Amino acid sequence: MTILKHELKQGRNALIIWTAVIVSMLGICILIYPEMGSQMTELSGAFANMGGFSAAFGMDKINFGEFMGFFSVECGNILGLGGAFFAALLGISALSKEEKEHTAEFLFTHPLSRNKIVFQKGLSVLVQIIILNAMAIFICLLSAFLIGEKPDIRSLAMLFLAYLIMQIETAAICFGVSAWINGGGPGIGLGSAALFYFLNLVSNLTTHAEFLKFFTPFGYTDGADILINGSLRAEYTAVGLLFTAAGIASAFWKYQRKDIM
Amino acid sequence: MYAIKTDSLTKYYGTSRGITDISLTVSEGDFFGFIGPNGAGKSTTIRSLLGLIAPTSGSAELLGMDIRRQKNKILKETGYMPSEASFYRDMKVREVIRYSAALRGLDCQKEAARLIDRLELDPNKKIRELSLGNRKKVSIVCALQHHPRLLILDEPTSGLDPLMQREFFTLLNERNANGAAIFLSSHILSEIQRYCRHAAVIREGSILICDETKHLGHTRAKQITLFGVSAPPAIDGIKNLEPTEDGVKFLYSGDLQTLLHALSSMPVTDMNMTEPDMEDIFMHYYRSDDI
Repeated sequence: MTILKHELKQGRNALIIWTAVIVSMLGICILIYPEMGSQMTELSGAFANMGGFSAAFGMDKINFGEFMGFFSVECGNILGLGGAFFAALLGISALSKEEKEHTAEFLFTHPLSRNKIVFQKGLSVLVQIIILNAMAIFICLLSAFLIGEKPDIRSLAMLFLAYLIMQIETAAICFGVSAWINGGGPGIGLGSAALFYFLNLVSNLTTHAEFLKFFTPFGYTDGADILINGSLRAEYTAVGLLFTAAGIASAFWKYQRKDIM
Repeated sequence: MYAIKTDSLTKYYGTSRGITDISLTVSEGDFFGFIGPNGAGKSTTIRSLLGLIAPTSGSAELLGMDIRRQKNKILKETGYMPSEASFYRDMKVREVIRYSAALRGLDCQKEAARLIDRLELDPNKKIRELSLGNRKKVSIVCALQHHPRLLILDEPTSGLDPLMQREFFTLLNERNANGAAIFLSSHILSEIQRYCRHAAVIREGSILICDETKHLGHTRAKQITLFGVSAPPAIDGIKNLEPTEDGVKFLYSGDLQTLLHALSSMPVTDMNMTEPDMEDIFMHYYRSDDI
């Protein structure tokens, strides 16, 4: 697990910064909820009646005045979007950075199979995503406790599970792409995450575009769906897991055959 | 068993030529030079041997092991210095060297410390603070610290100052004396001439000649310098013609009697006839197909 340790060490600063930014925003968001709560009840009706805008963010189906409703939209956007950007950056750079920074020749002339290298790099991406999400869960629970809220644990667990799977899928797709490119990773990664988010917004606007939810990991993170059904939408999640597997398979397949330049 | 044995090793990048039909053997314990101009295919050959790129056709064995099927076993026994010594910029020298050993599943701290000392390397500096020469030194430590049986060195001396080059070759000679085979690519002829027992010349992706280094310099051709004339005699076998201050200089590979006969009717005031130096011969290899 030498490469795993090395990767975690190399990514430590970025992980600390992304985690600090995301969890502090989550914490602030929850801590100001009591201030906003009363206004939210009044605003909830207005939010629900803003047509396409409300629909895009799923605010037409949930009660924004309740903590879980507020949490699923506000905190969902912070952890969902922030986590997706972080996961995309991790995934896209995991393999391509070695060639971009000319360290591939060093790494690949050591006695390790390429599969082992890809596996440990992939594992390091997963570990970093889990660390970020674990911190996010801890801060959310702590903040909720501090403001005296007792969120529904099952719904909360489902929301966090959805964000985690979404980030893993985003990272896996980018990881798969990472094996094929030698540079330009960050742009592709951030662009992919933004595209996935945008596809979900569009899919919420009209039933004609609902099929897009199959093509974006955000499809199964819809707070309203999770709060109302008490679970993730199985069809979107299953397709997401297929994309995850395809991304990982692509990374292993390509790296077995790739000329390291 | 050979340290390196290649059989018609060929690599094309798409349609562009990398190397073509490279067949060479390097004996165990040899000090082998691989010389050629930039872009001749030296690095492509080395990258194929180390499994970084997949050959288009042909085969190769290192230490008796197939480069495709036994790559990891080969890499365990091999030390490699790439021509570009690039490492993780934010790591310290010490960390990179330890990481390299850890990737091999080894603890080489003792030998690493000895090499760091001999190469006058500061292990506490960050990679991004190092000059090319110092990064080369890190590369040397990584390549040598695990006492490999085969050392593959791609243009290893670029960036090293002359004193450090001497220390580097002293280290290589020690390793070679202890049985390690050394395969060194270079475009600097004097390095090959001074240190290598055997050498191969590569040009445009193909091996031109492979022989003992001392034989590579031996040729039927003579280096002729004529004084007092501005043109050579009009006979066959003259190559590499160059004007000098008061005469001409050329390589002559024809019959000596013919040359002397032709010179007898020319206003030659003096002449030198020597063995051509290796530089002349190699410049010739680089430029044309025969000598």
